[in-house]
Amino acid sequence: MLDVDVANPSSLTSHGPGYIDRDNEVVVGLQTDKPFRRAMMPTGGWNMIESGLKAIGREPDPAVRETFTKYRKTHNAAVFDQYTPEIRACRRSSIITGLPDAYGRGRIIGDYRRVALYGVDRLIEAKKAERAEIDARWPSEDVMRLREEMADQLRALADLKTMAASYGFDVGKPAANAREAVQWTYFGYLGAIKEMNGAAMSVGRVSTFLDIYIERDIAEKALDEAEAQELIDQLVIKLRIVRFLRTPEYDALFSGDPYWATECIGGMALDGRTLVTRSSFRMLQTLTNLGPAPEPNLTVLWSKNLPEAFKRQCIIVSRDTSSLQYENDDLMLPKFGDDYGIACCVSAMRIGKQMQYFGARVNLAKCLLYAINGGRDEMSGDQVGPAYRPVTGDVLDYEDVMAKFDDMMQWLARTYVHAMNCIHYSHDRYNYERLMMALHDRDVVRTMAFGIAGLSVAADSLSAIKHAKVKPVRDENGLVVDYQTTGDFPVFGNNDPRVDDIAVDLVKRFMDYLRRHPTYRDAIHTQSVLTITSNVVYGKGTGNTPDGRRKGEPFAPGANPMHGRDSHGWLASCLSVARLPYDEAQDGISYTLSVVPADNRQGEAAAITRATAALDTYFGQGGFHLNFNVLNRDTLLDAMENPDKYPQLTIRVSGYAVNFIRLTCEQQLDVVSRSFFHWQI
Amino acid sequence: MHSYETGSHLDGPGIRVTLFLSGCPLRCQYCHNPDTWRLKDGMRVPLERIVGRLAHFAPALRSLKGGLTLSGGEPLVQPAFSRRIFAAAKEFGLHTALDTSGFLGDRATDEYLQSVDLVLLDIKSWDPETYRRVTKQDVAPTLRFAERLAAMGKPVWLRYVLVPGLTDEPANVEGVAKFVAPMKNVEWVEVLPFHQLGAFKWKALGLDYPLAETPPASPELLARVLGQFRDAGCNAR
Repeated sequence: MLDVDVANPSSLTSHGPGYIDRDNEVVVGLQTDKPFRRAMMPTGGWNMIESGLKAIGREPDPAVRETFTKYRKTHNAAVFDQYTPEIRACRRSSIITGLPDAYGRGRIIGDYRRVALYGVDRLIEAKKAERAEIDARWPSEDVMRLREEMADQLRALADLKTMAASYGFDVGKPAANAREAVQWTYFGYLGAIKEMNGAAMSVGRVSTFLDIYIERDIAEKALDEAEAQELIDQLVIKLRIVRFLRTPEYDALFSGDPYWATECIGGMALDGRTLVTRSSFRMLQTLTNLGPAPEPNLTVLWSKNLPEAFKRQCIIVSRDTSSLQYENDDLMLPKFGDDYGIACCVSAMRIGKQMQYFGARVNLAKCLLYAINGGRDEMSGDQVGPAYRPVTGDVLDYEDVMAKFDDMMQWLARTYVHAMNCIHYSHDRYNYERLMMALHDRDVVRTMAFGIAGLSVAADSLSAIKHAKVKPVRDENGLVVDYQTTGDFPVFGNNDPRVDDIAVDLVKRFMDYLRRHPTYRDAIHTQSVLTITSNVVYGKGTGNTPDGRRKGEPFAPGANPMHGRDSHGWLASCLSVARLPYDEAQDGISYTLSVVPADNRQGEAAAITRATAALDTYFGQGGFHLNFNVLNRDTLLDAMENPDKYPQLTIRVSGYAVNFIRLTCEQQLDVVSRSFFHWQI
Repeated sequence: MHSYETGSHLDGPGIRVTLFLSGCPLRCQYCHNPDTWRLKDGMRVPLERIVGRLAHFAPALRSLKGGLTLSGGEPLVQPAFSRRIFAAAKEFGLHTALDTSGFLGDRATDEYLQSVDLVLLDIKSWDPETYRRVTKQDVAPTLRFAERLAAMGKPVWLRYVLVPGLTDEPANVEGVAKFVAPMKNVEWVEVLPFHQLGAFKWKALGLDYPLAETPPASPELLARVLGQFRDAGCNAR
């Protein structure tokens, strides 16, 4: 960490203008007054600030500490005032992990384009009119909260103008040309990241919007192609140097310092036109001009109807940089329309009209072990879940285990929704995203995004119990701590319905149990099958499982099959994942495919055609998401030994990209141990 | 059956499921699947199970403009079984490919070949001496099969495994090239440079690997042999 401001908590107006190289910047604006100078955002939680600073040997300004520990309550403090002992125990044993209860929740996308399209003055007028409508409503708790929020939104819009003015721009008026459109849109985003250290701070879907301005300027000869590309390149540079003050534990969990500045490119319009424009290509081109990098998290919205040239260019960029992810536009378009964006990795939402309450995930594999052990944790022996009857006898019986697992999932779902309600009530109250929500309609659709980890471990374990013979091994306290499995059993990742149907059933069941419990602000329940890189940490905290996975061994990332078990090739592997029902996991299902470039006697053009057919097929069969890596294991091993040689080696993990050399050793080994398939590409 | 793989892009057009059947009459020095040589080392799998599994892949394979390839081993060791698998694949609307040495080509009746869209014919050698050295068998049945396929107009990708010091004699290559060049059904001649990736299987089976010291085919050698085929008028790659 280069520098941090320990005295001035960040806001839209807390810091004066900052530049990298003022004379050469065509897009300006930094989070603080200097590049890479991080800022405190204490309203999410004071502990995060204190431990983040402690890790680099710094102390916060005493007045700031006093303010946020004595006079101004934080989100983090409020959540823990509400948590029950049961939720605390679940958190401690890590059956529920990664909850945004100590930091900003993120996963909200402001419609930053509105700043350019309408100008802030017009936005303020519209907000005032919307506000006037609710002044007439009786002040129920909902109405009073919304009035307060809208007052905050109006203040944020005024502050956004002040911030832009400090750089010499008047964003009160709409953008008049391409350069202003890029600048205004970026100011919207910059305002968001000055005010909120959210887990994922996504950009939305700006390149095709900006293309309209760029094409007009090019037609009027006010801009040439090199200048157009420079605008996009410089926007991307800004998106690459976002930095937040976070703790070392947080960075270890997420492999570096990600902020998911996700930008969507491609996709189709409802009227059948493609939304691919020249600026979609310009966005891809940044990976060549600036080299590969994890941010912004470039996400291709893939449709079978995308223009062939764009499909092929995406494959080429994937082959050369491993920096793209793909998501199924044909699945999302009917649900979200044609102006949705992706927050974080795989969470679709209508931009400016929908937001989500982010909720990390539960450990489904651990839940199965709790079912077997009557709610006791297999690592600590503590009674964490309810003391239901544990499994007895010398051989696990599928029906018996499944019935107990079903009960335990119901308990877990209830506890999880309970915790999430506490979190988001507190976040709205004490760490409200005033600028991001000012760039939304007043009446937004809210989803509450739950998640599951360890799906393939749970499915394989149940398959072992069903198709082979599994004997539990108990310790001196009667706790089942290991399993002896004899006989063959089908495993997830081979397009074999005997086990894939178990995984499908688990996704449906858990979603069903979540839906039974009312949510804060009537948010719609959704779930994801996504782990990010925390599959390593979840594995570490989970004991031996009946599928033969050893205690502490990493889970597979996202919805992936367990490492090496997808033994019949990539097609079988991805068809198993494609089978998981998106309707029951509308917050996204993540799949990472790593291929090794192989013998190419049929030529480059044929190889690219085949790769586009592979993506068309995976998505056509119902696949939702694909991280596509083209890598050599030897390269990765060499990079572990000689990190200096690979400063920009980027790989896709569950839902985002990371700089390989910044992963912990454990995470690097996990990546290297995954299945690699040979592809002619 | 020995095993199956999905996602291959080399065993015919598009992307394919490749089913490896057990049993082979040849004992090629460079075989990379020596574990498929003996029929009794395979698994007994009922036809219905194979067809049932294939059904799970059929929609994806159609979308991938690919299909099913039977390989091995030598699929013609079990002609009735392999014919039924091909027939089922055709029912699913899949492209079918037979990966064979041609040594048992006489077993592939005309009816059998009706269910086969493409033959991947691994000719191995022109010169009978070399063929015997490579396979311990006679080359004549393979050449006979090739001529029959040509007469039928059955599409063929002809394979030639290029092993330094074994199959790289210019005269031997020339012989294959001149034999194949007039055959209009041969869409491609594919020169497969020898690699050591199968060596571990020989070791695992306790077999003495005769090519343990053989280097992989060099790019220069590959270019020379491709050139020989192209000069003779073949589509070679």
